[in-house]
Amino acid sequence: MQSQQQNIANRRLLPRLLLVVVAMFGFGFALAPLYEAFCSAFGINGRFIAIQEGNYDVAARLVQISQVDESRSVTVQFTASRNQNIDWEFRPMENSVSVHPGEIRVVTYYAKNMTDRTVVAQAVPSIVPGQAVKYFNKIECFCFTQQTFKPGESREMPLRFVIDPHLPGKISTLTLAYTLFDTQNRQAVNEKRDVSLVSLAVRSVVPNVPQPY
Amino acid sequence: MSEHHAKPTGITRWLFTTNHKDIGTLYLWFAFIMFFIGGGMAMVIRAELLQPGMQVVDPLFFNTMTTMHGLIMVFGAVMPAMVGFANWMIPMMIGAPDMALPRMNNWSFWILPFAGTMLISTLFMEGGGPAFGWTFYAPLSTTFAPQSTDFFIFAVHLLGFSSIMGAINIIATILNMRAPGMTLMKMPLFVWTWLITAFLLIAVMPVLAGAVTMMLTDRNFGTSFFDAAGGGDPVLFQHVFWFFGHPEVYIMILPAFGIVSHIIPTFARKKLFGYASMVYAVAAIAFLSFIVWAHHMFTVGMPVAGELYFTYATIMIAVPTAVKVFNWTATMWRGSMTFETPMLWAVAFVFLFTIGGFTGLMLGMAPADFQYHDTYFVVAHFHYVLVTGAVFGIIAGAYFWLPKWTGHMYDEKLGKMHFWLSVISVNILFFPQHFLGLAGMPRRIPDYAVQFAEFNFMSSIGGFAFGLSQLLFLYVVIKCIRGGEKATDEVWDNPDGLEWTTPSPAPYHTFETAPEIK
Repeated sequence: MQSQQQNIANRRLLPRLLLVVVAMFGFGFALAPLYEAFCSAFGINGRFIAIQEGNYDVAARLVQISQVDESRSVTVQFTASRNQNIDWEFRPMENSVSVHPGEIRVVTYYAKNMTDRTVVAQAVPSIVPGQAVKYFNKIECFCFTQQTFKPGESREMPLRFVIDPHLPGKISTLTLAYTLFDTQNRQAVNEKRDVSLVSLAVRSVVPNVPQPY
Repeated sequence: MSEHHAKPTGITRWLFTTNHKDIGTLYLWFAFIMFFIGGGMAMVIRAELLQPGMQVVDPLFFNTMTTMHGLIMVFGAVMPAMVGFANWMIPMMIGAPDMALPRMNNWSFWILPFAGTMLISTLFMEGGGPAFGWTFYAPLSTTFAPQSTDFFIFAVHLLGFSSIMGAINIIATILNMRAPGMTLMKMPLFVWTWLITAFLLIAVMPVLAGAVTMMLTDRNFGTSFFDAAGGGDPVLFQHVFWFFGHPEVYIMILPAFGIVSHIIPTFARKKLFGYASMVYAVAAIAFLSFIVWAHHMFTVGMPVAGELYFTYATIMIAVPTAVKVFNWTATMWRGSMTFETPMLWAVAFVFLFTIGGFTGLMLGMAPADFQYHDTYFVVAHFHYVLVTGAVFGIIAGAYFWLPKWTGHMYDEKLGKMHFWLSVISVNILFFPQHFLGLAGMPRRIPDYAVQFAEFNFMSSIGGFAFGLSQLLFLYVVIKCIRGGEKATDEVWDNPDGLEWTTPSPAPYHTFETAPEIK
């Protein structure tokens, strides 16, 4: 049998240990925003905090990039993919181009709404290797805004970019990948499903909408 | 103070028991049954891989088998077996009458059969059981998983509850219930390793619960933790999972370190070499386990700085681990060694676990890991540390304490036969897998190129032999329970520890008055 002191000690220890358990459960969820913050802070995983927060002034950056570095050229490859919820045709008009850092180039992506309803789409870019993200400056991009397409409508969408000459010398090839999302389809799904309190609580921590950058 | 209830008999004795020995027995039997279920799945895997081409099962069922084999062995066999040892031995080793929270102890065991049943029931559901690997990476386990995955998720929740309650109980027992005079640095090493393991458990099982909860909401409630379409990231899953997963592997091996640290001194007839350094080494391993998780995911596209950090931190674990291996070796050095069955298993543990440790060093180096990642080399590595490590530790401990539990000596001849069959077959089973991995055979595939045929054939034959050898173990255990040569109270030659001062078999209640610790 336990002595009185042991009993008291056990009762005192139990809530403390339970607190550790609850705290670590919370920590598991905290890893999601921590991961975002970590990637942004170090500019990894294709995330660059100044761009994401809208503090990145492309115009000012362009003034600094005044001369074209003709001594090297960089291959930029383009890919396009569709999220599973969107029935569109979506592809780059050129698969790759070779540019000098500092040189402004325009490429176009072709998109066609294959459905019989108006669709608002959002393209989300991703750049490989991740270290190159902050050296790839988009002056004009169809990914800056949501794109509305009528049923069956197709158009070519421009992307105007310049590569910062400070791009590390070891990087000679960049891949720019766009994934196209149907914003309404996603929301419709969410509105239908977002009935649980758990889901609302969780979604207040982690934003659900793709952030263009 | 002490009141004695009439001991209930029949099924209610086991259902309502709050006795640490009964609960320890329940845990050990549960683990034993799961060991055979998980082992049966391993036999299916090895049967399919016996020859190239598809012969026995279809690919989806093969994937289900690798997944369930891993989950059942980790959560159903090794962890409950270790908790079973903890329940049986910790109160007897520290001179306590029972665990600190006996009713919770009952609950933490009785959750397990329900969790295990729920997990196994997924095999019979439409769409099949989980087939995404025991690591259940998103989006395989979220977007592309069968409906039964939600049952898997709740089974993991229940297993987590059970482990957390067990861990809290063990911490409370060790911190509050020690006999007067038993200071922390006088505690037997099995108690120390379990104290540290229990802290690991309460720190990381909730993170696992968080990971599966995020899976659940991603699957059913429209969240996007791991879904890139909604702003999430599948790589986040790997970080959360391995933040749990790496400490988890130490949760499975640290108690085995403790068991071996009892067996080797007993049969070398010397005190354990470097007791304090053993304690500090376990604590160091536990600490390091929290800061090395990303070495499981070197190939996700980490920056070089990350690869370097996780490489260095991982290699650092070799230092405290080597301290332990050298201490066990030094304990045997010039000892009056005899090789009864528990000692054979313990020596094999030291030798074979170290092989698994060395392949771990190879995998821990980021540039080398790019070659080995997701190959059979990884499979060989973790089976050396978990089968010839954790499972051998469990079997060694079972032979070591069986006479104390049952009051009978096990059949020494059969025990040795079990050992030699197992140790030979387990090496035929897993050693060729190193070569398969180095040659480039990926893990988790039901079919393979013909160049891998010979080593896979060897491996499968070893696998069948190892599986069958464990039936002999079952026979030895049952035979020992039913009778045999009467064990003395000390059982072995002048062993160290309070558990050997009690009669054999250990009476239902021990140390109702605390013993004197000198």
